[in-house]
Amino acid sequence: MSHHIIEIQDLEFAYPDGTKALQQVSFRITHGESVALIGANGAGKSTILLHLNGCLFPTKGSARIGDVPITKSTLQSIRRTVGMVFQNPDDQLFMPTVYDDVAFGPLNLGFPLEEVQLKVMSALEQVGLAHVKNKSPYRLSEGQKRSIAIATVLSMNPDILVMDEPTSNLDPKSRRNLINLLQTFTHTKIIATHDLDMVLDICERTIILNNGRIVADGKTIELFQNADLLEQSHLEQPLRLNRLSSM
Amino acid sequence: MAALESAFLNLGHIETLARKQSKIHQLDPRAKLLTTLIFIITVMSFNRYDLSGVIPFFLYPVMILIIGDLPLIYLVKRFVIVLPFILFIGILNPIIDQNIIMKIGSFSISGGWVSFFSILIRAVLTVFAALTLIATTGFHEICIAMEKIGIPNLFAAQLLFVYRYLFVLIDEASRMVRAKSLRSFSRKGNGLKEWSSIIGHLILRTVDRARRIHLAMLSRGFDGEIRLAHKYVFQLKDILYVLGWTSLFMLMRIFNFSILTGNILQKLMP
Repeated sequence: MSHHIIEIQDLEFAYPDGTKALQQVSFRITHGESVALIGANGAGKSTILLHLNGCLFPTKGSARIGDVPITKSTLQSIRRTVGMVFQNPDDQLFMPTVYDDVAFGPLNLGFPLEEVQLKVMSALEQVGLAHVKNKSPYRLSEGQKRSIAIATVLSMNPDILVMDEPTSNLDPKSRRNLINLLQTFTHTKIIATHDLDMVLDICERTIILNNGRIVADGKTIELFQNADLLEQSHLEQPLRLNRLSSM
Repeated sequence: MAALESAFLNLGHIETLARKQSKIHQLDPRAKLLTTLIFIITVMSFNRYDLSGVIPFFLYPVMILIIGDLPLIYLVKRFVIVLPFILFIGILNPIIDQNIIMKIGSFSISGGWVSFFSILIRAVLTVFAALTLIATTGFHEICIAMEKIGIPNLFAAQLLFVYRYLFVLIDEASRMVRAKSLRSFSRKGNGLKEWSSIIGHLILRTVDRARRIHLAMLSRGFDGEIRLAHKYVFQLKDILYVLGWTSLFMLMRIFNFSILTGNILQKLMP
């Protein structure tokens, strides 16, 4: 049995007003893979992510993490397995201090205080920010906030990391630091983003969404060669790739 | 807008004060919270005409101010913000209650004025007690202390969240106000309509944000109870702090120290 596998089958999701956000979405992500989820604004990236830890439930089809289907009764274990990092760190960091925020997950899982402390400190050290533990998240730089938001889920020892636009709004250096950090993780990763350069660095596989449907799923480097496909999905070939292929 | 932002910066300063390391700062937050509550209750329990009995209670905020090494001027500025509310509470007393209850020489003072000053003085005392508590403890620790002494978790958690998102909300509001003022030039008309729309948008954004925060909380196993990773140990010095102040407050409540001192001075003087 492995918890590291994500399996989505014929997933369909409609909002209460009847608008279909996702249709016939199927994919399988195996242990240790890094997968990028790309597509236009409103293509359904975030909606898929919200299905992965039971923030939303499919209207049709199914979503499974390892052997466990995502249902209301399995939520506790699903949410422990799948660490979800939201786009805006100000939404994710709601406690008064960094330490309390990173401790929030482990405390909810019922770990004893000593254990919580170990987990918090190890998560903070992994993202290189142990020295800000007593600060208020509001006072941190945007890049530090992102790293802390990641630490808040690392402290729960997840097998799978799910991230929504981890590099948006960051200055180039903070963005590079974050990419380097993500490269150190061995978790199964699934990242929704518009930052295709980052995708080249981190994800060997890419899924392209358009209007709630998967239009392509394959090796990043191959999909990115197809300029027409990217164009149709409101995307653009990364400049770096352009230069490489013209050489 | 500038006022809004500077109010926010000033608010942050009190947290910087709370990180000092004086003898008061090092006490258990619960001890400080309890003492402050007992102080406030004792001060409020005085009769409204009792001016002299309340005066000795200034000892408490003054001591905290000195030992905690707090800047008086900063706290006075904070106090000025609540002053108008206090004045409104007491302002009608001198008009309604005109019974003469005190005479200084040929000058007679009505009960209304005495109770007005009594309200004012008790407000100064209680507000300063609360301000010094925050400046020596930090709002966050106070919320934890509240939870630990048995105030419902929901209530303490609400306060924590209000405090955390106050800054984010002020930020958002000041950005909206800036955007408005950049496009309104010197035109002032139609103000109410614009403001109501700004407030409406702010509420919508707040609701949206609340939804996202809730999702983020659920994703980390939130089940309705906020747990905090803090262990406090109530030490002997904390017990002594609470007991010491409480017994002093009781003594000052039972015996009027102002009159006692006056009597002693009178006896000493021939």
